[in-house]
Amino acid sequence: MSRGRFGVHGGQYVPETLMNAMIELETAYNRYKSDETFNKELESLLNDYAGRPSRLYFAERMTKILGGAKIYLKREDLNHTGAHKINNVLGQALLAKKMGKVRLIAETGAGQHGVATATAAALFGMECVVFMGEEDTRRQALNVYRMKLLGSKVVAVKSGTATLKDAVSEAMREWSNRISDTHYCLGSSVGPHPFPMIVRDFQSVISREIKTQILEREGRLPDAVIACVGGGSNAIGSFYHFINDKDVALIGCEAGGRDIHTFETAATITTGRVGIFHGMKSYFCQDEYGQIAPVYSISAGLDYPGVGPEHSHLHDIGRARYVPVTDDEAVEAFEFLSRTEGIIPAIESAHAVAYAMKLAPELERDKIIVVTISGRGDKDCAAIARYKGEQIDE
Amino acid sequence: MSNIYKAFENGKAFIPFITCGDPDLESTAEIVRAVARSGADLIELGIPFSDPMAEGPVIQEASMRALTGGATTDRIFDLVADLRKDVTIPFVFMTYANVVFSYGTERFVKKCAEIGIDGIILPDVPFEEKEDFAPTCDRYGVDFISLVAPTSENRLVTIANEAKGFLYVVSSLGVTGVRNEIKTDIPSITKVVREHSKVPFAIGFGVSRPDQAIQMARYSDGVIVGSAIMKIIAEHGKESPAFVAEYVREMKEAIASLK
Repeated sequence: MSRGRFGVHGGQYVPETLMNAMIELETAYNRYKSDETFNKELESLLNDYAGRPSRLYFAERMTKILGGAKIYLKREDLNHTGAHKINNVLGQALLAKKMGKVRLIAETGAGQHGVATATAAALFGMECVVFMGEEDTRRQALNVYRMKLLGSKVVAVKSGTATLKDAVSEAMREWSNRISDTHYCLGSSVGPHPFPMIVRDFQSVISREIKTQILEREGRLPDAVIACVGGGSNAIGSFYHFINDKDVALIGCEAGGRDIHTFETAATITTGRVGIFHGMKSYFCQDEYGQIAPVYSISAGLDYPGVGPEHSHLHDIGRARYVPVTDDEAVEAFEFLSRTEGIIPAIESAHAVAYAMKLAPELERDKIIVVTISGRGDKDCAAIARYKGEQIDE
Repeated sequence: MSNIYKAFENGKAFIPFITCGDPDLESTAEIVRAVARSGADLIELGIPFSDPMAEGPVIQEASMRALTGGATTDRIFDLVADLRKDVTIPFVFMTYANVVFSYGTERFVKKCAEIGIDGIILPDVPFEEKEDFAPTCDRYGVDFISLVAPTSENRLVTIANEAKGFLYVVSSLGVTGVRNEIKTDIPSITKVVREHSKVPFAIGFGVSRPDQAIQMARYSDGVIVGSAIMKIIAEHGKESPAFVAEYVREMKEAIASLK
């Protein structure tokens, strides 16, 4: 019987070689997720090491300039390592350690998850190998150096389109070759069950905190929560504790790339259709024969042809809305937030900011929007400068 | 039931894997005819997928060449229909879940039955997910072929019990590709499989040399070779039919007389 379904999506479409590893991981997770010691250790790591809870910041200047709904920013960019990725990585690394694993492998797109995994490996004294598309190692050279500095090996993946999807495939291949001592620390809410569930649970700390913080500040829930979606881990983390609060609109911002009417897009839910890939049934950008499409986005972290199965389900049942945001809009938002609030967001997060910039002016001033700033934008400065025609060296 | 059982009536079976469309579909047709004449008992025809998770570099690259060269599912169906005019040994498709699902599982399997495909292997569909595909295959008399791996352990019995056509025993951890040495304790797996499977079983992954084929065939009903063949095709391109045929003849001769 198939496990880990979100409506029709999800499941465990992996080679037989990995099935017992999936079952072992699910069993271990189910055991530790309600284990008091485990949860105490994790909480102390999240608070003392990663710097949680992250701030919910009222973006007053941004709100004034846009002239509509009040905008709050959930500052995941302030976490240790500069992104939300650390939430999931600390959980999985701790779980792996409890399972007796001594080696972590991971995929990375923009490099944020790779850096977070390398960080946790250093902290726990584990061996670490990160798979990164060769194309991305060029776009995010600084993060490659950070991972090496933290003691990890970085493998530049040359197969396929040499981006995030190929890094995931290569990490899965490596895992099927060496299972007994290795945990695959998957960075997004994608892949075979139990990964979408585990990653969502570890990231759901974001929406748990937003809820507490906004109730303290405003005495009520927000009208909308907005987050960017590649695989969708910061978005599912931001949405999760609001799913049953039907009056809170949940909005995921996909990478529209150059435009959704071109092939240079990564807007999976907007342009894709249901398929089976990377262990899950979900929406994928693909051709008429089911060949996975080469996708494009300015953001290496959103440059993925699929999306997490829980997002596909939330889309199917109409609980969440997924909108495309183009490169140009994201870059404009990247500059806007930097100038108005003094916060340089990751180019991934800038996709969410861009949609907030469209939505806020359409809403009354008593409405409240929360935008998750999933990561900091330092890593993107050189690439954005180049995008704007300025040649700078990192 | 399909014709797959016939592949195992001629001594130990030799099962070559060929990626359709590498270097082009005309060459694939010639290669298939050549290996059928050289003693292949069953042919695994690979429908290339853009992101083959269970394949090593050799078959990944063959798949990319085939897709770049314009191989599509429909063109491969046409190829098989044409081959069936004169090639009678069993054929199975090896591809990935999305190729079948995206085409429409019912439409895909119906087409397989029409053109004479005997079975389908989807390495990214484990036992737990076969409900998406196996019932449709059953309805059209196409065998949905299961795989067991060195890590299957407690799952061996369940999978072997429900096996159809033949059971694919994965020899090693990791992905497809030539290996110098196969380290898995094959006899302990095949003993369980032999007890519980009603169908023959063949061993694949990592086999390239006649001595390895002999070693694997001792414990099984047949041997599957993919990467070693696709390497020959990568090297010789359009000239490869004769080279592949020679290789298949040598491998089949090595195992044919084993008990």
